[in-house]
Amino acid sequence: MSNVLTIRGLKVAAPNGNLLVDGIDLDLAPGEVLGLIGESGAGKSTIGLAAMGYGRGGCRIVGGTIDIGGTSLMEGTRANRENMRGARIAYVAQSAAAAFNPAIRIGEQIVEGALYHGKMTRPQAEAWKLELLKTLQLPNPETFGERYPHQVSGGQLQRAMVAMAMSCRPDIIVLDEPTTALDVTTQIEVLALLRSLIQRYNTSALYITHDLAVVAQIANRIMVLRHGKMVEEGTAEQVLEAPREDYTRMLVAERQGNLSGAIASHSVGDVLLDVSSVHAYYGKTPVLDDISCNLRRGETLAVVGESGSGKSTLARAIAGLLPTSAGMVSFDGRRLDRSYKHRSKEELRRIQLVYQLPDVALNPRQTVGEIIGRPMKFYFGMHDVPKAKEVSRLLDLIGLPQDFATRLPGALSGGQKQRVCIARALAAKPDLIICDEVTSALDPLVAEDILKLLKSLQQELGLSYLFITHDLGVVRRLADRTLVMRRGRIVEQGPTAEIFQPPFHPYTEELVTSVPELRRDWLDDVLAKRQVTA
Amino acid sequence: MTSKLKAIPVSAWLGLTIVTLNLLVFLLGPMLAPYGMNEIVGAPFDPPSSQFWFGLDQNGRDMFSRLLAGAQMSIGVSLAASLISFSIGIPLGFVAALFGGWVDTVLSRIVDTVMCIPVLISALVVLQALGSSVPVLIFTIALLDSTRVFRLARVVAQGISVLEYAETARLRGESMGWLITREILPNALPPLIAEFGMRFCFTFLFVAGLSFLGLGIQPPFADWGGMVKDNQQAILYGLYAPLFPAAAIALLTIGVNLVVDWLLNAAGTTQGADR
Repeated sequence: MSNVLTIRGLKVAAPNGNLLVDGIDLDLAPGEVLGLIGESGAGKSTIGLAAMGYGRGGCRIVGGTIDIGGTSLMEGTRANRENMRGARIAYVAQSAAAAFNPAIRIGEQIVEGALYHGKMTRPQAEAWKLELLKTLQLPNPETFGERYPHQVSGGQLQRAMVAMAMSCRPDIIVLDEPTTALDVTTQIEVLALLRSLIQRYNTSALYITHDLAVVAQIANRIMVLRHGKMVEEGTAEQVLEAPREDYTRMLVAERQGNLSGAIASHSVGDVLLDVSSVHAYYGKTPVLDDISCNLRRGETLAVVGESGSGKSTLARAIAGLLPTSAGMVSFDGRRLDRSYKHRSKEELRRIQLVYQLPDVALNPRQTVGEIIGRPMKFYFGMHDVPKAKEVSRLLDLIGLPQDFATRLPGALSGGQKQRVCIARALAAKPDLIICDEVTSALDPLVAEDILKLLKSLQQELGLSYLFITHDLGVVRRLADRTLVMRRGRIVEQGPTAEIFQPPFHPYTEELVTSVPELRRDWLDDVLAKRQVTA
Repeated sequence: MTSKLKAIPVSAWLGLTIVTLNLLVFLLGPMLAPYGMNEIVGAPFDPPSSQFWFGLDQNGRDMFSRLLAGAQMSIGVSLAASLISFSIGIPLGFVAALFGGWVDTVLSRIVDTVMCIPVLISALVVLQALGSSVPVLIFTIALLDSTRVFRLARVVAQGISVLEYAETARLRGESMGWLITREILPNALPPLIAEFGMRFCFTFLFVAGLSFLGLGIQPPFADWGGMVKDNQQAILYGLYAPLFPAAAIALLTIGVNLVVDWLLNAAGTTQGADR
């Protein structure tokens, strides 16, 4: 059978002339799912969009041919390309919330494509919409379309976007990180539905993701990309089980290590941070409900939970950014004020925060040296030479070259920025560092390095970490003790080893089993198991 | 350095040339003028000739000389008014954004009250009451304009102060001064510079408008807006006279905006397209 999509020698250039995608060949057979894997900047989304003849943000396709079911996309006119988009090849983006028009009902947006392209009459399109909504197991499919995008949950909206993409019964569907923004427990549903949908309608798909374990569940073939070039391509089994290239091996090893890592354990001192029955509200909504926990010197306490569980809120309450309404936070035996505004300089110094997004955590108008040096001057009155020495010592410690001191954050990569954030926290010589999802915005291999750095810093300096994360792999490797949260309450807490060993708390078990594994039959296993228990 | 010069687009060169020319005229205008500002050299509305390049005005004074001399008044008043309005609006806007609460409420409501009266009406009232002199003119315009600068500075600072780097500085225990000068101001500059370009031009036109109504810069001083007003009836007879000062105003407005556009673009690229 002939291919539905054939790409030869694809080159895409950024507005400044740099090649983002350099000579990619790609074939897609009917009903086949090709997984595109790579870190950020690998060009995987660019390829996905180029397959539709589209360049985002001024990018241009400068070479190669794109052929959809025998029609060349590059030779046609703009109108031709627009006819193909949506009708023959459709796109599902990472953020469903940004892809829907908030002022138009969901159902209207789903049928819009089919009507616009003249593929169906309105009754036909409505019937097809209903079938899609049923297939995607959306609640009350008959009336679901009458809702507005803000009235449904993130997982439902993501599924609705898939329905929108399928509205013209396209031959090919480009899935650009469709489950990345979702919680693990939601991801599993969406993933299972996507797979059954693709099989049911024999649709071909390009599945773009950075998570090998996700692509393992859904793709027939996998293409690994790096810096806009292909690293290797093969069947899913071959790439996952017998990767040929070093880079792929690294990716696979990192993902496996993520799940089977040894649990950290080292000596700890007396209680440093004590949180006792803390309550907090956003307006009248309770966001922290009776939270008690403590953290010893030199210890790592992980706080895990899905989005909305209150884990970041707990961090903000401890830092004094969100004043608590009841309960008490003590640090080193002394009670801390509810608000950071009334805490002493010394109390502020001893607790430092590292954020999720290093891009906005560093002032773009200050050099790295200024950023790291400021706490030294502010807390310890260091000047000129001693300060410069200390800055260079910290740069060494976090593994950045000395000449970075004069650079602005804009010239740094995500991982380097996060290192600078860590150095800024260290410059205050803190006892406790609150790490709020510090690795979730980073690529897996970069995140790995940051975790190693944090671990070695702890051993060297005897730091305590409060580690906020949704990534259970991180927790297992780094945390002495773990606190599981859900909807502002503590589900359970205890030594990490006990939390992640049977007997599980039911919610913890759901979290643990929802983390995709590299096995190809993982999704089937989990679904089968859940069927049994249900 | 040469590569930096080459990176400047043509439109920016044009804008820079126009602005530099205007600044030169602003500084040296009266010295360059071939005739005195109030010197009557011929019959009213004489058309342009080799002797009088832009012709003569309604009193028979040389239009070219008056344009050169008027630059001082027109540009000077606008520049002073814009600078003062920014030095009032920016600090107040930042303080309102950072303190929030009742400080923000009081400042914002005062500004709302001033803003709900049309600018021209407020200006007319003040100028009628105090009499139109150059300092009164400058301060009236500056105060009225500062409400708009306040609004912008406040909203920009609010946006920046919730970003993590500003939060880090607050958590470190930094003073208000550090927050404003080091964290907020450098990052708020691009929109504020753009606003400055806009405000300057509006002020310029506003002064021109006031002069047109007879409440701006008073005779015998020449100013561009006043010159449009004084020569307006010439249009009825198909004469060029008022077009020259009008063109001078338009040219400077375009020039300033070209420069501002370029500054903003340059700032945009150095910041990166992260957000």
